[in-house]
Amino acid sequence: MKTTQILIAGFGGQGILFSGKFLAYKGLMEDYQVSWLPSYGPEMRGGTANCNVIISESPVGSPIITTPDVLIAMNTPSLQKYVDTVVSGGQIYVDSSLIDVKVERKDVEAFYIPATQMAKDAGITTLANMIIVGHLLENHPELSFDGTADVVEKLVPPKKAALKELNIKALNMGKDYKN
Amino acid sequence: MAERILMKGNEAIAEAAIRAGCRHYFGYPITPQTEIAAYMAKKMPKIGGVFLQAESEIASINMVYGASAAGMRVMTSSSSPGISLKTEGLSYIAGSDVPALVVNVQRGGPGLGGIQPSQSDYFQAVKGGGHGDYRMIVLAPASVQEMASLTIKGFDLADKYCMTSMILADGTIGQMMEPIVFEDEEPKTYEKPWALTGTECKRPHNIINSLYLKPDELEKKNFERYEKYKLVEENEPMWEEYMMEDAEICVVAFGIASRVAKNAVVAARNEGIKVGLIRPITLWPFPKEAISAAADKVKSFVSVELNMGQMIEDVRLYSQCKKPVALCNRTGGMIPSPDQVLESIHKAEKGEF
Amino acid sequence: MATVFEKPKSLTNAPFHYCPGCPHGIIHRLVAEVMDELGIEGKAIGVAPVGCAVMAYDYFACDMIEAPHGRAPAVATGIKRCRPENVVFTYQGDGDLASIGMAETVHSAARNENITVIFVNNAIYGMTGGQMAPTSLPGQVTQTSPYGRDVNHCGWPIKVSEMLATLEGPEYIARVAVNNVKNVKNAKKAIKKAFENQIAGKGFSLVEVVSACPTNWGMTPEAALKWVESDMLPYYPIGVYKDRSAKEEE
Repeated sequence: MKTTQILIAGFGGQGILFSGKFLAYKGLMEDYQVSWLPSYGPEMRGGTANCNVIISESPVGSPIITTPDVLIAMNTPSLQKYVDTVVSGGQIYVDSSLIDVKVERKDVEAFYIPATQMAKDAGITTLANMIIVGHLLENHPELSFDGTADVVEKLVPPKKAALKELNIKALNMGKDYKN
Repeated sequence: MAERILMKGNEAIAEAAIRAGCRHYFGYPITPQTEIAAYMAKKMPKIGGVFLQAESEIASINMVYGASAAGMRVMTSSSSPGISLKTEGLSYIAGSDVPALVVNVQRGGPGLGGIQPSQSDYFQAVKGGGHGDYRMIVLAPASVQEMASLTIKGFDLADKYCMTSMILADGTIGQMMEPIVFEDEEPKTYEKPWALTGTECKRPHNIINSLYLKPDELEKKNFERYEKYKLVEENEPMWEEYMMEDAEICVVAFGIASRVAKNAVVAARNEGIKVGLIRPITLWPFPKEAISAAADKVKSFVSVELNMGQMIEDVRLYSQCKKPVALCNRTGGMIPSPDQVLESIHKAEKGEF
Repeated sequence: MATVFEKPKSLTNAPFHYCPGCPHGIIHRLVAEVMDELGIEGKAIGVAPVGCAVMAYDYFACDMIEAPHGRAPAVATGIKRCRPENVVFTYQGDGDLASIGMAETVHSAARNENITVIFVNNAIYGMTGGQMAPTSLPGQVTQTSPYGRDVNHCGWPIKVSEMLATLEGPEYIARVAVNNVKNVKNAKKAIKKAFENQIAGKGFSLVEVVSACPTNWGMTPEAALKWVESDMLPYYPIGVYKDRSAKEEE
């Protein structure tokens, strides 16, 4: 049975929870069992935020991730906090425009994506998270890049319809980024 | 089959309540259950229901008392400190034999405690909380799907037995999202001839009351009520057994703790340790039968809890202390890791208690 | 032979348990007469308090519920929100309404909850045997203010009607008394208006009835009624403190 545990961590306001929701929905649409667990509390903006997403072929046991297969780090404290928890052979996605340290472990695969800078250059400042998610999908054929537009459609409320295209744009930028 | 959708545990409770025919919600904001109120505030006005934010938890449980006395399916939800405030009303509701659904999405205590997940209101829910001889049906969901199914079940049991059903969840199950399926089912309805509807001058007046100044009358009433509770204990215990067939160690855990424990059971099985899990779904009535049967065949128990050891007392009670029971716990909003549970299983296997 | 006087239909045959000279009997009767006159016995639902009137559920012939101490307006809110077509009233004393239940009182008034509240103010806790109430007068001797209510120590009595009248929410707030025939007649008019307001959907209507407690005041019934006149009414003046509809009509 295959289970992928994804930990996404960064500042509040970086869309941490949203990108987690996107991945959980993507998993759901690919007929996997999924769970999504946010950190919750008063630090909704500016504080730390993290989100646990599990995508599995079998029913999800504990939704709490202690040893992620995949870490998405959107700021330096998050990378430092979680780098050693990633399983051997796991993946770490680093927003290299915000984090200037490197992953020193040799038993994991590290991807450096200057997502925040790319987003800023493309005029989609708030969507760095989705650039990284796009890159992650490209590396995870079991989740498949196909159908991402349907997930975006489900997640972006009609009031913010303009954001749909931008999310898809960000996902594609991540997909096409060469590490 | 109906569509699988992703939903937060708290929202699943609210949606399930509406599907169960609940059209009246009274509550007061408190983390980590506020999504329930928010969902109700949005939905109720659109379906001819009532959402009312009360001035306090005390007022909200009394609104529930009034609405239930009026014959309606009604609910409130809160988290630990708020439930403490509601216990006065819970005692009156019990003493008046009216149904109610009350949700406790637990957080750490005592006092103001914290806002992270906890199971430290086990005693309060299962052993009383309010004053007087009374019981509540206590349902402990371990998934978002169960947040919904046990809410519907809770309304039915409350109406059937004219008593409170409490959903004893925790911050994790409340905040997490999982796929959930809602089946299209008509809500069950129950006759409520005792309800306050106005006499229309056609029948003697109905009185909803918990005051009995004559001790023999109060005693009689309490004995009658415990006959009812006996029926609940006979008919309604629910639990899940996982890998118990050949188990030599029995892990007992409910809610979020049971999911962590399940991971540990799988890991231990991979090491060749014969371990299984009993997950109480009803905490009252407690699945005595399951624990008692396990006590005759396993070598030991491990009670996994997010508190200082509360359910463990019932595990000891219903296993009649035939086998040792170890406690594996975290508290204050911390959650044990599967590794911690595995370590407890290792110790139990070695006979270290 | 013509009937000139009878028990209101809205009262049961249960004999009152109230002390001799206690005006609760009068006030119950006024509420029942009003229910009869408005023909609402069959759709009324009453909420009894904790206090001397706790057993009001045995006396009123309509459907009744007994609320936890102070929570009657919350219980009434729950009922009324479920059954807006019914007429819902609470009957509460001063400890219940103005002390332990003040939050419920203020907030149901602020919401203009469409209920009728009968508030019996006799400046003392009767049921528990004569302790200081939130409405006990300065200097008043009670079991828990044996040297007289010292306002520097335990604060001032609360003028509930005046206070609630400052809120935007409520429809009608009036204070009446039942210490003489004229006042009793006026009290009934106010109570009737408080029920009529609800039937017309106008909202929260509270009638504060200044009452007496001969037993716990340690007075004869007659002396107690005189004390109402000499001591209670100067501090708690009779009057209409809020009447939104009347004001709008002006």
